Amino acid sequence: MKQSQSQMPKKDFFAPVKAWKFLGKKPVTIEVPNKVKREASERYRGFHINDWSKCIGCGTCAKVCPTDAIKMVEVPGLVQEDGKLPQRPVIDYGRCSFCALCVDICTTGSLQMTREYIHISDDPEDYIFMPTEKGIKAKRGLYEHGKAPLGWVKDKDSDLLDLERVLMEMVEPQERVRSFIEIVKGYSKEQAMKEAARCVGCGICTYTCPAHMDIPQYIESIYNDDLEEGLRWLYRTNPLSMVCGRVCTHRCESVCAIGNRGEPVAIRWLKRYIIDNVPLEEYSRILDINPEKKGKSIGIIGSGPAGLAAAYFLATMGYDVTIYEAAPRPGGVMRYGIPKYRLPDEALDKDIALIEALGVRILTNMKVGEDISFDEIAKKHDAVFLATGFGLGRSTKVPGTDHPNVKQALPMLKMIRDFLRGDGPKPPVPKKLVVIGGGNVAMDISRSMARLQMIEYGKVDVHTASLERTYEEMPADMDEIEEALEEGVKFYPGWGPIEIVIENDEVKGVRFKKCIRVFDENHRFNPQFDEEKQIFLEADMVIEAIGQAPDYSYLPQELQEKLEFFRGRIKTNEYGQTAIEWLFAGGDIVHGPDIVHGVADGHAAAKGIDLYLSSKE
Amino acid sequence: MGEVKLFFGPNHPGMHGNFSVHMYVEGDIVKRARPLPGFLHRGFEKLMERRFWYSNIALIPRICVPEPDINEACYAMAIEKIAKLDVPERAQWIRMIILELARMANHLMAVGGIGGPLGLYTASHWGMADRDRILDIFEAISGARIYHMYIVPGGVRKNITPKIEEMIWKFLEYIESRFDDYENLIFKNRIVHSRLKGRIILTREHALEMGVTGVGLRATGVPYDVRKVDPYLFYDKVDFIVPTATDGDAFSRVYLKFQELKQSVRIIRQALEKMPQSDKVNVPISKGSALRHRVPKGMAYAHVESARGEYGFFVVSDGKNKPYRVAVRGASYPQGLYGIEKYLPGTRIEDVPVWLATMDVCAPEIDR
Repeated sequence: MKQSQSQMPKKDFFAPVKAWKFLGKKPVTIEVPNKVKREASERYRGFHINDWSKCIGCGTCAKVCPTDAIKMVEVPGLVQEDGKLPQRPVIDYGRCSFCALCVDICTTGSLQMTREYIHISDDPEDYIFMPTEKGIKAKRGLYEHGKAPLGWVKDKDSDLLDLERVLMEMVEPQERVRSFIEIVKGYSKEQAMKEAARCVGCGICTYTCPAHMDIPQYIESIYNDDLEEGLRWLYRTNPLSMVCGRVCTHRCESVCAIGNRGEPVAIRWLKRYIIDNVPLEEYSRILDINPEKKGKSIGIIGSGPAGLAAAYFLATMGYDVTIYEAAPRPGGVMRYGIPKYRLPDEALDKDIALIEALGVRILTNMKVGEDISFDEIAKKHDAVFLATGFGLGRSTKVPGTDHPNVKQALPMLKMIRDFLRGDGPKPPVPKKLVVIGGGNVAMDISRSMARLQMIEYGKVDVHTASLERTYEEMPADMDEIEEALEEGVKFYPGWGPIEIVIENDEVKGVRFKKCIRVFDENHRFNPQFDEEKQIFLEADMVIEAIGQAPDYSYLPQELQEKLEFFRGRIKTNEYGQTAIEWLFAGGDIVHGPDIVHGVADGHAAAKGIDLYLSSKE
Repeated sequence: MGEVKLFFGPNHPGMHGNFSVHMYVEGDIVKRARPLPGFLHRGFEKLMERRFWYSNIALIPRICVPEPDINEACYAMAIEKIAKLDVPERAQWIRMIILELARMANHLMAVGGIGGPLGLYTASHWGMADRDRILDIFEAISGARIYHMYIVPGGVRKNITPKIEEMIWKFLEYIESRFDDYENLIFKNRIVHSRLKGRIILTREHALEMGVTGVGLRATGVPYDVRKVDPYLFYDKVDFIVPTATDGDAFSRVYLKFQELKQSVRIIRQALEKMPQSDKVNVPISKGSALRHRVPKGMAYAHVESARGEYGFFVVSDGKNKPYRVAVRGASYPQGLYGIEKYLPGTRIEDVPVWLATMDVCAPEIDR
């Protein structure tokens, strides 16, 4: 100790006393919160606010929360609607670490943090609360309730979602318009796993999907590279996954949580990835369907999406199923309607092959009412499922539509598909074509004809006119419109036909008038026109694609009288059961044209038939 | 007089955090000592295996409370090594600024904090008050004062604005003006000299034997500093020195920390000047949302020079969305565990808190 004392210079003896100079200075201590209200910094991570008008209840905040502080709680009074779940986050501030990961990952940006950091209460329950746009009612807080300024908010640096889709490779427009090859190339394993990683697994899509497919589950299977598991998830609700993976209307994607701020997860392409990459021979082992035979038989009329789906589910339950199909090949609209470049025959064959492998008999060229009577079918089976679809086209019925060169889209599409698979003659290819309609069928026929024109004449001359005044208003998918534009189809949105101009018994073109409104105040179809504004589009063929209608002529008259109809569709209960208890119906004739709706109806009817037949025992 | 058992901590004002030493004393002399660091045991390493790669950033700062950023930096750097991420340059400079500010905050608490065991409370108050100015900066940058959760795998969470840069410049100016006060109050203080000079010596042999790094080793004349021996971030692009001493006593350890404060000021100044302007301060770990980030299979060790010595994270990934294993090298492990058990016996009771203060013992990083 002596040594160290001697080391210190003598002049430094009073050095510490210099600190006395601070005696006269103002203290730096701030007495919070009694005397001074200290404002937190701009980025402060304080108590949350949650804008309920934006919040969709996806629960991503709860998933990322490292301390399990967030629970999703159902809110009475909130209804489940497309794109929203009726639950909101509840935050336990006894657990919250104020890391703001929930804010950074919020799919909508509804969850944010304020600069409020004081909340003093002796009741532990006060620290568990459900934030609203006003935030916590902080006791002895800095700000009045709802007045706290924003603190930590998400910006592009801190965003934890991946807003950009993995690009799907497609055949270039110049190339694809020369043939009917499939446009979408499909994801590779690496691409699919990356795309699957974007999903947050909220399940909002499941609710919106008509078939209620287990979308988050099969996407997670892809993420875990377990395609067998993924296939099992697919087949729980949808035996036509191969088809739906290509041509579904993907309403799931329009409600996808990621889509709120970015591009939705490519759910449809991911579904297709699973099916494309599991060989058909493996299906029976993976799905392990081995039902006990029930000794009862079901007749299904129509082999479209609803008929095939019902057949699959009934077969898995142990019923003998026979499908009656009028056409030479099974598949209905999938075989004869959708163009080959969207849905190649092989894809459909794969789905049907599995259903046939389950023992389902598909009798083709068997038109009910001609080759076999309805009564015969009714007598043969314990229950009958009608899935005959919308086979007839509607017409605008303007003058001139009775001309032979004014065609309907559906028969034309069928003709083209038959021609492409070598079953039929070449369809007539006009040099100039006008298509009337703005839905997906109009896109299909426009693009199919564009291809034929390109092959035949080396140039595309297709003009597609629709009542809807914008691309957004048109019922067709935006992708379809964009791809049609790329392929050279010209669009005329907002024009309604006046007449087909015919000279010397030859179609010369179509005269249109301006459409100023499609729907009235009650959202009913009631177009209004400005007769002054007109255009004339030259054409040597006109195709109408303004909608389809059902054909019930095969049903015996007394049966038709017993059934209930609503706007041309058959009324059923939730299980597809009609007013006649052994007769079930589904698909277009119940819900209107949509493939995945057909699958859902098929599934529901299968359950309904099973319930009905088991209750009879 | 016989042997008496004394409990030092965990609830003792002179104790550093939730740490306890069971002392068996005869008179004033410690005969045996048993450190108990487990009061803060949360099983950090195990917990990390159950959280997403990204979510872990809320957990890891807690491994060392006074200097949380080193955890974030090591974790991030290890992941970046495995995933071969190209971190934006600006983010690297920002990280350096954060790490040096954190070192300063820690050293200010330690240099001022030496007033605690010595009864020089003015020093403690100064240290804490000046540290608070750094916490203000942290609050502006990251939105939190203690657990910043700011350095993330791939970069940093948000950019530094010109306003914050200005705040840092002002702080550096201020703290430099205070160094003379600290020097006069603490290092020219006879009482401090009597209590620290030539006391609680850890020799070079013992330091090397236990694996002590940081000021504990540098006070014995070994110029070991990770920033120099294995430069990470851009420490090879800035000019600074590593102060060393030869005495190995408590005084030189505290004085080295004081000298390092001045070096940190130099480093931050250079970083602020050399930092490029850029909008990009992070890259994602992998494609996908933070729930499904994946780190490719592999393992990596990343280490930094913390205020207490070499601090490292060894991270193993099996290619999934959570770590397979994370092991932490806590810098105070050797001196806090072996050191207390082996070299505390023989010292006087009043020297025990000085050992803990000058060696910088941080309980949770010993028992992760």
